[in-house]
Amino acid sequence: MHMADALISPAVGGTMWAASAGIIGYCSKKIRQDSDDQKIPLMAVLGAFIFAAQMINFTIPGTGSSGHIGGGMILAILLGPYAAFLTMASVLAIQALFFADGGLLALGCNIFNLGFFPCFIAYPWIFKPIAGQRPAEKRLVAAAIIAAVFALQLGAFSVVAQTVASGVSALPFDTFVLVMQPIHLAIGLVEGLATTVVVAFVWKARPEILDAVTEPKSAGSLSLRKPLIGLLVAAVLTGGVLSWFASTHPDGLEWSISKTAGTEELAAPQQGLHASMDKVQQKTALLPDYGFKSEAAQAPQEGDNRGTVVDASKTVSGLVGGSLTLLMAGLIGWVFKRRKKRIEP
Amino acid sequence: MAKIDKHFFDLGYMDTLASQQTPIHRLDPRAKLITTLVFITMVVSFGKYEISALIPFFIYPVFLCAVGNVPPVYLLKKLILVSPFAVMIGIFNPLLDREILVRLGDMGVSGGWISFASILLRFVLTVGVALILIAVTGFYAVCAALEKLGTPSVFVVQLMFLYRYLFVLVGEASRLVRARSLRAIGNGGSGIKTYGSLVGHLLLRTMDRAQRIYLAMCCRGFDGKIRMLKPLKFGLPEIGFVCGWLGFFIAIRFYNIPALLGGAVTELFK
Repeated sequence: MHMADALISPAVGGTMWAASAGIIGYCSKKIRQDSDDQKIPLMAVLGAFIFAAQMINFTIPGTGSSGHIGGGMILAILLGPYAAFLTMASVLAIQALFFADGGLLALGCNIFNLGFFPCFIAYPWIFKPIAGQRPAEKRLVAAAIIAAVFALQLGAFSVVAQTVASGVSALPFDTFVLVMQPIHLAIGLVEGLATTVVVAFVWKARPEILDAVTEPKSAGSLSLRKPLIGLLVAAVLTGGVLSWFASTHPDGLEWSISKTAGTEELAAPQQGLHASMDKVQQKTALLPDYGFKSEAAQAPQEGDNRGTVVDASKTVSGLVGGSLTLLMAGLIGWVFKRRKKRIEP
Repeated sequence: MAKIDKHFFDLGYMDTLASQQTPIHRLDPRAKLITTLVFITMVVSFGKYEISALIPFFIYPVFLCAVGNVPPVYLLKKLILVSPFAVMIGIFNPLLDREILVRLGDMGVSGGWISFASILLRFVLTVGVALILIAVTGFYAVCAALEKLGTPSVFVVQLMFLYRYLFVLVGEASRLVRARSLRAIGNGGSGIKTYGSLVGHLLLRTMDRAQRIYLAMCCRGFDGKIRMLKPLKFGLPEIGFVCGWLGFFIAIRFYNIPALLGGAVTELFK
């Protein structure tokens, strides 16, 4: 359920980047304060372990499909929330850069969806209370499954919220939620099961590893207040700045206005600041609505005039211009490419 | 099985590409990182029905590929492999948004198809440049750039370490999977019980390895910092690269070159 660059707007992407960067900064500070050098190689090697473990599958009985471990939850159980969050962030960064899972702008969303929820919500509020101190195996198993399912549900909901807030996909909120939550309930159960069998194995083979984390002191006093306040400030700031930039386009906001008010834009005063800002907007909006979504096409009258309002010649010129530009891009590549030898894989 | 080895080998190939010597590879990683981030923000800032204005943005990845000697076919293959999520969500647009927005002769194209095409273009552009960034810079250099740009050093060290041990552990996991499939007939041995002990053992071995690494690092004077041999230098070529491309991005962000060009050409033939 990696979020993709292609589906998000800069406002959403930027906000989530700021949020994730803030939490990374906070976690880094926490770890430096603990000055536990030993944790540094452990975090890194466990991150690599997540990759490796995702390559080992097991068959789900009766379905024919297979599942594997997710990551966030088992890291939180083994490392505690701060180190687990950093590890998950680094795993996702490498996935974005090398495997093209998601993308660079969506990385903020992905770190938040797959890192924040398991480490800072599911682990302290669900796993720890259920598992308690020095848990028996059954409690440990129950805690891991419930926490993994819960974390994934929150993550899936967050994907929906981010997609809908971006307005690039046409999927309405309720349909999308109804699709995503059940699918991720199933995925969460499988993931929870995988996490659990691994945790149970470690618990049997080397209980001291889990003791170290389930003991109250090592997890530290987990205060959510600071990261949440930082998050809020970052969200408001970037959201405010970036949404000005983004709202020059007919996306989420205008769409919802047109739904509620019946017109694409609310009538604005024709003079003064509003009018001059409008001019700026017309300029920055880059061929406002570019011959596609014209006002008339949005108007409620149905019938023949629908669709014909768009000037066909404009479409043709767009196609011609587009192909010419593509050709030119190819030409530039060809000019620079000559005389280079190929690198064999 | 084949897929695991493929992934593994892929990572190595990206490093091979990154170790080339071209004008692009010689640039300071910060310049490439900043330009790429601005590029991605610009691309996703367009409205959902935009297609033609996105096309000039292909010039940047094409230029990097050409000068940096990155094989485009390899990149395309990688892009297709990882496209499912964007395509899966995007494919609903043609179903949900059926309003005809453009007419080409008798054929009407609905807004959904246009926004779907726009999503695909964005996907290729944004994910493509991220892959190219690594192929012309290398992961360690990107990490160094991140640190210089203010990322907490704990996180940067984590990234570098993770990347270093990725190869070791992926190799170990693929040996485990191979051993299991050699001993199993059909689907035997792939149940949850075997899985638990398989991954559990891998985890325990991993933790022991971390301990050995830590001790070895302590012996060599590790103090929580990793020092880079190659100093970073942000000179004239870097300033030129960043300013030049930013200027170009701003120009194509605010002027739809294909539309202007197309208008001029169709005018000629009238």
